[in-house]
Amino acid sequence: MLFATLIALLGAMLLILARAFAGPSVYDRVLALNMFGTKTVLLIAVGGHALGWTGYADIALLYAMLNFIGTIAVLRFFEATASDAREERT
Amino acid sequence: MSLLLDILSGLALLAGSLLCITGGIGLWRLPGVFCRMHAASLNDTLGTPLILLGLMLQMEPSLTTLKLVCIALFIMMTNPSATHALSRAALHGGERPLADRAAGAEDESSKR
Amino acid sequence: MLLALLLAVAFAAVRMRDLFSVVMLFSIYSLLTAALFMDLDAVDVAFTEAAVGAGVSTILMLASLRLVGRSEQARRRNPLLALSVVAVTGAALIYGLSDAPLLGDPNAPAQQHVAPYYIQNAMADTGVPNLVTAVLASYRGFDTFGETLVVFTAGLAVMLLLGSGRARDNQQYGSEDDRNIQRLVVRALIPWILVFALYVQFHGDFGAGGGFQAGVIFASAFVLFDLVHGHRVTAQVIPAHWLPRLGALGALIYGGVGLCSLFVGQPFLDYAALAQDPIAGQHLGILLVELGVGLTVFSVITAIYYAFSTREQLR
Repeated sequence: MLFATLIALLGAMLLILARAFAGPSVYDRVLALNMFGTKTVLLIAVGGHALGWTGYADIALLYAMLNFIGTIAVLRFFEATASDAREERT
Repeated sequence: MSLLLDILSGLALLAGSLLCITGGIGLWRLPGVFCRMHAASLNDTLGTPLILLGLMLQMEPSLTTLKLVCIALFIMMTNPSATHALSRAALHGGERPLADRAAGAEDESSKR
Repeated sequence: MLLALLLAVAFAAVRMRDLFSVVMLFSIYSLLTAALFMDLDAVDVAFTEAAVGAGVSTILMLASLRLVGRSEQARRRNPLLALSVVAVTGAALIYGLSDAPLLGDPNAPAQQHVAPYYIQNAMADTGVPNLVTAVLASYRGFDTFGETLVVFTAGLAVMLLLGSGRARDNQQYGSEDDRNIQRLVVRALIPWILVFALYVQFHGDFGAGGGFQAGVIFASAFVLFDLVHGHRVTAQVIPAHWLPRLGALGALIYGGVGLCSLFVGQPFLDYAALAQDPIAGQHLGILLVELGVGLTVFSVITAIYYAFSTREQLR
């Protein structure tokens, strides 16, 4: 069952990567990146449990946090560049 | 007892992986940014705790189980918030939902 | 396979012109490197690499990207000179390493003399189960002291060059009401992130963790706070002028522990001199030393983030 879950996660990750490369707008790509991060957390948790790693829960928790902070940072970056561009024009 | 736990864990893992796969398929097939956000956030926010629950049922209760609970809670809280931030940014950036576009096209065709 | 992916990502990062995609690729590169380290059973290093590379580094690069613009300028100079320098250096390195033992070779000198000593004696000498922390903080404590000072110097240099940030008064991040949901979630989460950082700091003796990782996670919590609340509010929580002092305090704690051993008459950084029982002394020494490291890393990363994020755009 764990193996089937791993296959499902890898399949989902491939689909998300396809969207990340193909997404017409940049928001599609950021969404795909966020989803990819969540799948990575799951992959670390399931894979770590299946392979018998020690301490995989710490790394999964860390990466869940970093994924969230990274997404917020990227969105703030877009907003800041947009407002900078507006300031330049005025 | 352990057989029951095994069955429950298998069911949770199955449900979680189905949700994750459909989330991925939805991300690929749905039109428009906002529809894709539906697929992404809803499926991930439920699928992740289900898969983690399946993992938790398979292991002895320990510190790792507590950490997996923390991961599940964290993802349940932050995933919707990240999607909210993304949709807000997309709206400010000029993307419009498909429903708006469709309504606009219908108005034009009914005017003519 | 991971190495192949790493190579592909590096190649793509070098060839792409859109710098934003390059930053994202670098973040993926860090994640792949962390996976590689996990594969080599180096959990502490993987932890640090994930925290620094995929987290803080990406945010700092995005902050600087905002200042310089998104696309790479066209290369004007002839790349042949650079290519030949790199090729000669690479060839020299490969030639020099050709005699070195293979990775994981059991007959390598490191595996035959150094590693067995640590594996057999670290628990008895220091009482700390995590070998990496024992080597980092106790056996090679002087080296880690140097690393902490290097981190502190880097932070000082950034603060001197870029300033420590004053809030721009005309910062308007769109309508203030829109952000309330994010602020609510972030305010509920930050205490738990800080608890996790403290857990990583003090649990480093037993599992993966330690001062460096904890400092990075601590700083990430405040970076998150800054991202949703703006710099003016964050500067009220952590004023910019605290940061060099906190960094200095961390380095001082580390050096102070070493000096304490000197005052008792033992060598510098000999933790066994800190208490009656040498093992208790080791525990105390490692605890204080990791605290110093965590404090310095936290203040330096926050200072660098302040410096980058409040910089006026270059006209």
